[in-house]
Amino acid sequence: MEMTQKTTVQDGTGDAAAPRGELPDAQAVADSSRPELGSVELELAGVNKVYQARRGRVEALRDVNLSIRRGEFVSLVGRSGCGKTTLLRILSGLLPPSSGSVTANGQSIWRGASRNDEALKQVGLVFQEANLFPWFTIAENIGLPLKLRGVDRKARAERAEELCDLVGLRGFEGAYPRELSGGMRQRAAIARALSARPSILLMDEPFGALDALTRDKMNLELQSIHAATGATVVFVTHSISEAVFLADRVVLLTPRPGRIRSVTSVSLDRPRSADTEASAEFQQIVRGLRVELDEES
Amino acid sequence: MGEREGVGRLLPWISSPILLLLFLGVWQFAVSVVGVSEFILPAPVKVGESLVGMLDDPATWAHVRVTLFEVLLGFAIALLVGTALGAVLGRMVWLERAVQPAMVAFQVVPKVALVPIFVIWFGFGMTSKIVMAVILAFFPIMLNVLLGVRSVDRGHRDVMRGLGASRWATFRDLELPSTLPYIFAGAEVGIVFAVIGAIVGEFLGGSEGLGYLVVSSLNSLDAPTLFAVIVILAVLGSLLYLAVTTAKRLVIPWHDSVAKQ
Ligand SMILES: Nc1ncnc2c1ncn2[C@@H]1O[C@H](COP(=O)(O)OP(=O)(O)O)[C@@H](O)[C@H]1O
Ligand SMILES: [Mg+2]
Repeated sequence: MEMTQKTTVQDGTGDAAAPRGELPDAQAVADSSRPELGSVELELAGVNKVYQARRGRVEALRDVNLSIRRGEFVSLVGRSGCGKTTLLRILSGLLPPSSGSVTANGQSIWRGASRNDEALKQVGLVFQEANLFPWFTIAENIGLPLKLRGVDRKARAERAEELCDLVGLRGFEGAYPRELSGGMRQRAAIARALSARPSILLMDEPFGALDALTRDKMNLELQSIHAATGATVVFVTHSISEAVFLADRVVLLTPRPGRIRSVTSVSLDRPRSADTEASAEFQQIVRGLRVELDEES
Repeated sequence: MGEREGVGRLLPWISSPILLLLFLGVWQFAVSVVGVSEFILPAPVKVGESLVGMLDDPATWAHVRVTLFEVLLGFAIALLVGTALGAVLGRMVWLERAVQPAMVAFQVVPKVALVPIFVIWFGFGMTSKIVMAVILAFFPIMLNVLLGVRSVDRGHRDVMRGLGASRWATFRDLELPSTLPYIFAGAEVGIVFAVIGAIVGEFLGGSEGLGYLVVSSLNSLDAPTLFAVIVILAVLGSLLYLAVTTAKRLVIPWHDSVAKQ
């Protein structure tokens, strides 16, 4: 049975970008609960990043090539320090790449070192910390992206209510962030990222600070949010099982310099559940990735 | 748990009157039983009588108004200038570095010693007292704001940058609200210092204000009046401080320093 397709990238010259023909299209169509994968939405080509640190140059990313299709869920995994955050910050307009091109639906995110705000309007961001503003209520936090776009107060409140429903925060619209648990704050952060209806959701270890039980629950919910919104998701984690559980494709990064080592397609049926994790296929994929990760060191 | 919280909230309202009564009791005891001289420590009752007499006298209220005016104006100027300078220095690290030695030098100078100079420059009227209040209140406010501007959370900044927020929106929704708690922390110290500045100014020169009343009752060896003025000063200072903390509660109800109480 062919359930994983793997593209191993050699020496940065191989094209890790979109093994398009290899995507499990047939299964995607067969499974009605998952959004159909569309055209290329996010594209990284020849992306390099060098930090000029006080102690010298740090080559954080070397020749990263990747294309991600609309509605696809891509997990980025790798050891700490392999450049996951760097890659996500480049995608989210927070950090300019040293070279290479990054496009969202054909629009460049970076023009040299200056960001293209227009292209970034399609992007929503979730960090490891919820980063909610303590002076805003949950609804106000969720409505912040809309406020910055000049959407009026009433429409913001309505959207916040809608999103509170989606992420399971109904009734907490008027609460302040400090009144919420860590998991609830992270839900609010996800709702905030979704409020301006971005087509791309970038998440940097969003559940990394949560306990294991809450984390499992959040993963299930993220899966249904993904299904409900049809957003393209790039999800950074250092947990291989979390990465496999959520993703259509798992991108494995290796450190010093950070580059793509392999791209693994995961065609497990959706919606996935605790049963999925118990399945032999799931465990086989996870094991394969673990071995790969161990090999590198 | 709710009950315990309720008791915690009420506790100061119960304990404070008890502490006050205890204080008055010890005071009365020292006078009538231990026999401390009336010159040194007048009986609470005498002070009370003197206080009532003073409160009936419109002249006292004129003095209160003078001191209050000096304190409030001095505090307002200190708040404005301190916030503005703190914000500028907080943003420009090089400028802060350049002026830091001068600031430290100015901070170490016992500023009370400057009062005679201010009297020479600004006369015996209210101006010299206001200047003193400004100078004392200004530093804690400026230093707090400087710290506040520097401590805007990096994660919060990333959120605003990620959303492509404009300069103005970043100020309105992030920098101002995250600096407000620091402004209030400075203001709480500043209002106390402004009172000190005005009173000390009145001690050393002039003919009006509560500080002047202290000195004049001392000169006429009128201990009950002296103590009564001190009571008025204590009440005035407390009310001003209360006004600042109340403003804080209203403006930043979300902040830990407010919410945890
Ligand atoms: N601002 C920076 N200056 C210098 N080096 C950095 C900076 N940020 C990250 N690095 C380095 O770049 C590499 C990748 O970091 P990062 O992207 O944070 O990795 P990850 O998120 O996978 O843990 C690390 O070696 C890290 O030390
Ligand atoms: Mg990271």
